[in-house]
Amino acid sequence: MSKKKWLEEIYSKGWARKESFSTISGLEVDPLYTKDDILQFDPEKDLGYPATYPYTRGIYSTMYRGRFWTMRQFAGFGTPEDTNKRYKYLLSQGQTGLSVAFHFPTLYGYDSDDYRACGEVGKCGVAIDSLLDMEILFSGIPLDRITTSMTINPPAAMLLSMYLAVAEKQGASFDKVGGTTQNDMLKEFIAQKTWIYPPAPSLKLVIDIVEFCAKHVPKWHPISISGYHIREAGSTATQELAFTLADGIAYVQASIERGLDVDEFAPRLSFFFNSHNDFFEEIAKFRAARRIWAKVMKERFGTKNPQSCQLRFHTQTAGCSLTAQQPYNNIVRTTIQALAAVLGGTQSLHTNSLDETWALPTQEAATIALRTQQIIAEESGVTNIIDPVGGSYYVEWLTNKMEEDAWAYIKKIDEMGGMLKAIELGYPQREITESAYKFQKWVESEEKVIVGVNKYTMKEELPIPTLKIDEEVEKHQVARTKKLRRERNNSAVRTALDNLKRTAEKDENLVYPILAAVKVYATLGEMTGALKEVYGGYQDPGYF
Amino acid sequence: MERKVRIMVAKPGLDGHDRGAKVVARALRDAGYEVIYTGLHQTPEMIVKAATQEDVDAIGMSVLSGAHLYLFDKVIEMLKEKGLEHIVVFGGGIIPTDDIVKLKEIGVAEVFLPGTPLNDIVSWIENNVMPKVKERMEKEEKLV
Repeated sequence: MSKKKWLEEIYSKGWARKESFSTISGLEVDPLYTKDDILQFDPEKDLGYPATYPYTRGIYSTMYRGRFWTMRQFAGFGTPEDTNKRYKYLLSQGQTGLSVAFHFPTLYGYDSDDYRACGEVGKCGVAIDSLLDMEILFSGIPLDRITTSMTINPPAAMLLSMYLAVAEKQGASFDKVGGTTQNDMLKEFIAQKTWIYPPAPSLKLVIDIVEFCAKHVPKWHPISISGYHIREAGSTATQELAFTLADGIAYVQASIERGLDVDEFAPRLSFFFNSHNDFFEEIAKFRAARRIWAKVMKERFGTKNPQSCQLRFHTQTAGCSLTAQQPYNNIVRTTIQALAAVLGGTQSLHTNSLDETWALPTQEAATIALRTQQIIAEESGVTNIIDPVGGSYYVEWLTNKMEEDAWAYIKKIDEMGGMLKAIELGYPQREITESAYKFQKWVESEEKVIVGVNKYTMKEELPIPTLKIDEEVEKHQVARTKKLRRERNNSAVRTALDNLKRTAEKDENLVYPILAAVKVYATLGEMTGALKEVYGGYQDPGYF
Repeated sequence: MERKVRIMVAKPGLDGHDRGAKVVARALRDAGYEVIYTGLHQTPEMIVKAATQEDVDAIGMSVLSGAHLYLFDKVIEMLKEKGLEHIVVFGGGIIPTDDIVKLKEIGVAEVFLPGTPLNDIVSWIENNVMPKVKERMEKEEKLV
């Protein structure tokens, strides 16, 4: 029997709840998928094996049989001392990698005593103003034995320099240090919206880090090319996939234009995706991502090193899917999303805490989130087999479909002149705003159900315990930074900052003078301020 | 007299999460209100200045960074200083329950949590902002 026959003669005779069914992104799906849906599919060419081109099934030969994904919980709040304690706790509970959440002032390159930092210090991440704070943050944590991801974008070079300086003080040379700087400015202008300088100098700084790491920090991932934030801002799964890979293409292109050989830096590029509620759509997305990137690197950029074609990624479960209503339900959402990421072959995973629609995670909520990963890894059995859902008619059809749709977006962006140009034109930003509004309309009309929000609601709910950031944190941090400025060698700082400005004016690699400034305890605000004098700032165009 | 109600949707402080603010701004515009969206990274001074220039009737502030107590307080304080207490201040974001209580104590008229239906916000404006605007317009007409 053909699928067409089955649909007409058997399915149509049965009862269905709705006229049509679609993924959370709005992609319409059939009731059943069969070999008829993947007639063009060539397992040799399109699927391959794990660790073989085009890597659809996974980038490593043994995947989780060799090593589980890194359990890397994003954490940070209050003072560096507060966060150091939380890191040590999470490591003691089985976390295998660190991930730093900086507070908003640091994300924008402001010191804690800047006017713009008022009320924000330590509230949504850890306050880091200088190398001194970084030393406290990693006190007692050996940086040659653990890898750290830092979610930092415009001032990534400053924070990377601080991390390297701390490692050096601990006795670890740069070639021993491993980790990631997010350092993905294109997605900032598209979605996360943390910026200091306009797009062109921001991109220059990104590539400065790529170049520096290729030469001096070989184990470091200089960029975490991100789709997470694009998805959180409201894009569909395919837009997340396409815009992220288009950003990747822009970075590869810019690095080549800088004079680097593609195989010199490509093996250390990494990606960061969202894992949302629609289980199979997410798995297909991850598989499509690997296949598309492999093709891009081999066919468009002519890479020779197989590692240059391997898309390695971190995943975070979808923050935007969590509800403030009946927050314990979020544990269930996070579990489904984490499972999708694992079945999709992620290298690293952060699971959200149940209380994040109210505040930063309490220790208890963060522990449950970590346990979620550990239970999937140790008890579910899914890690015994590589790409276990591969071969499912639906998954292979959906992987193909998402790849096809993503290529269409990538082509469109290429025709605009590349991602930087597309951003100037407002293209990805508008697409995201449209998708976000569309989704909200679906929720309002109950076309998409959110349990506890538009269905199964409860009138009275007891508030859950939440983490509180003490107002003393701001006072403490401001005092420490002011004291640092008084006690350090200010003449050395002035020289370092002048040198930083001059290097920017000469358009040379900025990581070297930034590292030098960091070591003499220039503050973050002083360094970003010096560059602002050369590059200027950037204002949100404010479309809605 | 047919004066459209003018609502400012603002993003104070450093918080860059604008999905919610934009969706609300659009819903309010679709509902027929005059909407001014400030864009990101507004200081309290910038918000109050713009509110004065645009002659708004209400300001909706979105804060997901945890800095809500400071930012709402600063804006309300500045509105008072400028004699602009008639402007209704409301908001949303990531705000724990006990902070909602504190915000209402300092004069925030309502806080809309994640998951609030857009229609609820639109109805609230209709029932809580429109009557105040009407009353004020009528008073001003009488003076003239």
